[in-house]
Amino acid sequence: MQIKSRILDADAIRRAVTRIAHEIVERHGGTEHLAIVGIRTRGAVLAERLVQAIRQIDAAEVPLGLLDITLYRDDLTTIGPSPVVHQTEIPFEMSDRRIILVDDVLYTGRTVRAALDALIDYGRPALIQLAVLVDRGHRELPIRPDYVGKNLPTAPEEIVVVRLAESDGTDEVMIAEREGTS
Amino acid sequence: MTTAAWTHKDLLGLEELSAEELTLLLEQARAFKEVSLRPIKKVPALRGRTVVLFFLEPSTRTRTSFELAAKRLSADILNIQASSTSLTKGETILDTVRNIEAMKVDILVIRHSVSGIPLKVAKTAAASVVNAGDGSHEHPTQGLVDLYTMLEKKGTIAGLNVSIVGDIAHSRVARSNLWGLTKLGARVTLCGPPTLVPAGIEQLGVKVTYSLKEAIRDADVLMLLRLQLERQTQNLLPSIREYAKLFGVDREKLAWGKPDLIVMHPGPVNRGVELAPDVADGPQSVIYDQVTNGVAVRMAVLYLVSGGRPAKAPAAKPVPAHPVTA
Repeated sequence: MQIKSRILDADAIRRAVTRIAHEIVERHGGTEHLAIVGIRTRGAVLAERLVQAIRQIDAAEVPLGLLDITLYRDDLTTIGPSPVVHQTEIPFEMSDRRIILVDDVLYTGRTVRAALDALIDYGRPALIQLAVLVDRGHRELPIRPDYVGKNLPTAPEEIVVVRLAESDGTDEVMIAEREGTS
Repeated sequence: MTTAAWTHKDLLGLEELSAEELTLLLEQARAFKEVSLRPIKKVPALRGRTVVLFFLEPSTRTRTSFELAAKRLSADILNIQASSTSLTKGETILDTVRNIEAMKVDILVIRHSVSGIPLKVAKTAAASVVNAGDGSHEHPTQGLVDLYTMLEKKGTIAGLNVSIVGDIAHSRVARSNLWGLTKLGARVTLCGPPTLVPAGIEQLGVKVTYSLKEAIRDADVLMLLRLQLERQTQNLLPSIREYAKLFGVDREKLAWGKPDLIVMHPGPVNRGVELAPDVADGPQSVIYDQVTNGVAVRMAVLYLVSGGRPAKAPAAKPVPAHPVTA
């Protein structure tokens, strides 16, 4: 993997998270019935940061959920060995909630499809919106984000690398070239 | 978090697993336990897979637990019991299995009264084989349930003092526990009448005592085994009553141990023989936690074996469109 360029640094990531938090509060006219659900692993980190940011904007505590989508993947029969399953934690009632689903990178949309199925197994939310740090395009399913940190046109052979302090020790988003391509 | 990946097609026993693989199984069980607490207790992970529950010995807990586990993973289930099969017409077990396999099933869960049958089946079957108890050899999923329950209640396995009391000689549960516990660093003490404790078992790295008091005194976990009344035809015990008096646990004997000692039993319990009702239903008993955990552990096992395809496994052949004429 060869790094081509750095797209976001720690300050840019912080500003993007803060802006998305403002947009969420504005669009929902407050925080009532809201809950933030992050997709493990880096979506969960971003979800926690969004909860903190909303607390600073609105002095409100929005419930946080962490979702593992492994058991909902559409490629379980074609890959092996079975990927490790992590725990899902949804410590609130799903029914009639306004759910903000959070992930780091939106690409084919297959992860979000799996996450939507997983969420609905916990009840019937009032609505689900999608927040992502980076939208890199190349969707394979009819899915679009509601809140975007950075739109990033990419080529399919490129990789978007997201590093976050909580999981990787540093905050940055970079574009890299896949091994074996020129 | 462990980094071990599961590469086994089958789960036949805990003897052949490494400490890392055991840890992976226990960590996965924790993730699966959450599924049973949801309003919709089902995930699509094994959608389209078929699990055959092939039970040639009676069972309530293990069979229902496997069935629930498979259903909560969205697998399809086929239940086969001895009395309803062609085994009663004289078909051999390997022929029966070959016929079931010809219908393209993915996982065979097998219980049999003869040790080694699951291994024999696994050697020829393309499907994954999970041992649900074979003779007095192993009962790996029960062993995992017990390890998981200890981990949940005590926070660790390494360094725990675990005493297993009862009919060690006939117990596949004891054997699976023994392998699992010693690999994960617990100190195991076996206790029972000399006729029911195999000679030389200390070589496996366990302590043996014939005194119940000694087994209870320093234990963190006290695991009682069912006295297998159906196997007591060889005059190994003077009487059931004497066994209950010397090795049965009641409130008074439990008081010999630490206050936070937990009591386990793989079931079914002979109340008043190895375990008095006031202990079985008492505050130190975790018997029903074991049953609850059984579903989560078996979900983890079914999930992992269905992805565990070593490179040498035969690939599926394409279905020919027409009969080929040379």
